[in-house]
Amino acid sequence: MRNIWTIAKREYDHYFISPIAYVVAFMILLTLGIYFTVIVGATAQQAFSGAPAPDIAPLNWLFVFLLVFTTPAITMRSLSDEARTGTLELLLTAPIRDFELVLGKWLGGLLFILSILAITLIFPIILNGIVLGSVTILPPLVSPGIDRQLMFSSYLGVILAAASFLALGVGISAIFTNQIAAFFATFALFFILWFMMSLFTNLIQGSGAEVFNYLNMSAHFTDAFNTGSVKLTDVIYFFSLIALGLFTGTTAVEVRRWR
Amino acid sequence: MIQVNGLTKDYGARRAIDDLTFDAEQGEIVGFLGPNGAGKTTTMRILTGYMPPTDGTATVAGYDIVEESLEVRKRVGYLPETVPLYTDMTALSYLKFMADLRKIPESEQRAYETLERVNLADRANSYIGNFSKGMRQRMGLAQALIHRPEVLILDEPTIGLDPAQVVEMRNVIKEIGKDRTVLLSTHILSEAQQICDRVLIINKGKIVAEDTPENLQSRLVGSQRVVLRVRGETDELAAKVSKVKGTRDVEAKSDGSVEFEFSAGQDVRPQVAKAVIQAGFDLLEMRPIGLSLEEIFLELTRENVTGKKAA
Repeated sequence: MRNIWTIAKREYDHYFISPIAYVVAFMILLTLGIYFTVIVGATAQQAFSGAPAPDIAPLNWLFVFLLVFTTPAITMRSLSDEARTGTLELLLTAPIRDFELVLGKWLGGLLFILSILAITLIFPIILNGIVLGSVTILPPLVSPGIDRQLMFSSYLGVILAAASFLALGVGISAIFTNQIAAFFATFALFFILWFMMSLFTNLIQGSGAEVFNYLNMSAHFTDAFNTGSVKLTDVIYFFSLIALGLFTGTTAVEVRRWR
Repeated sequence: MIQVNGLTKDYGARRAIDDLTFDAEQGEIVGFLGPNGAGKTTTMRILTGYMPPTDGTATVAGYDIVEESLEVRKRVGYLPETVPLYTDMTALSYLKFMADLRKIPESEQRAYETLERVNLADRANSYIGNFSKGMRQRMGLAQALIHRPEVLILDEPTIGLDPAQVVEMRNVIKEIGKDRTVLLSTHILSEAQQICDRVLIINKGKIVAEDTPENLQSRLVGSQRVVLRVRGETDELAAKVSKVKGTRDVEAKSDGSVEFEFSAGQDVRPQVAKAVIQAGFDLLEMRPIGLSLEEIFLELTRENVTGKKAA
């Protein structure tokens, strides 16, 4: 356990000296900020015509949508760069197990994404306002506040999706020595999982379509967690992706030893 | 401390090391000598638990390198050929990370002590990316020493250093080797001669010689070759020299000198000198050609050893 934490901590610290991580964080937060302003503005204008109150779901959808493009940049160098610079030799001759290394890399990246996600908590806070007893520090925009259940399930979905993306990204990064190759392989996989699966579902009829529909990540997030429902099948789906990514990574590191 | 038995490693169809057997005692500095691609790095990588062998067994500090790899790795300090450094970390934070990986309590304190040991304490908060080659090499050594390992495995520790740094690095290794087992690889023979208690010469994955540097030299120098220079006809001289009892391999060189050989212990130089003078030549020079470790090395690692001395 301690080994995983040591690796994760270094990985997390490393993001704060890497320009890519700042670019990713900036891009996500800027896009979300603009989108938030637009939604709130639009909702305020439509409020008289009985439009529903704004909630957090569209923002969290956008967050995951952006992760499809940005996580590959976050994970591309995680293990591939260690192999390129030779530091992998250092880690593989240190008294840590291969899965601890991969798990640590994954956890470090996840903590970084979660740090960005924590900043987005500002949006529900603005919507809900800050009211401590009788003192109103920040007046709520939505009365009596946003849908709590939706908020929790939506954030849970974002965390699971981010964890899956990172696990797959770290796994693919372990296969490659070139980080650009790792980036495009990861991005291609995410693109297929997020966008292409519904296309396949529409193309194929019958039981084949169900398989593609189950693999469709969008269906497990946008149509599930992000509508306020927490179902076991969706949780299992994301956990399977995490396990697959971490298993791939560990196997790839082991294969490197044999080469 | 290190026991290697029949170690073999194949990369696909290519056999990198072939049935290696050797050992190293505690407090011994063993030099691994061989040309590039001889299998030095492969052997070291197997001993440090980086990769498993195809065949054979080895124990380091009493633990099997395959079955108890983690125990071995806890007790081995390893400096790979390409020094593995995170260039965007400071010297201190890098060593602290390595100390944490090895679960050393008070890792920062230990990291600082180790920096002092390799004379880099004044650069503790500098980024490794700004370090010179010599400093990076010392950082690599610090990383290998941080957990005070019983066994140190150093892959070409002096490569790329300037002469002053080489001397410094050698002194550090000698100092460390007093109470630990050190296995180091090099292709510089004088280096092996200076710091190693024992030398293993490896070529094409096989050990071709194993001894102390002194013994290796005297064992291989079974005969002494001498170059003789006179004023006069060399062919005639060669004929005279070969008549002297105990000389062999007499050869007239195109540069006007004559070379000959005699077995160690039967010094025929006075007789040769006398014969040359008596034949009326003016003796200008008579000089032994020392068979240096370089030549021994070349001879042992040559593809086709013809039995002729490489002069």
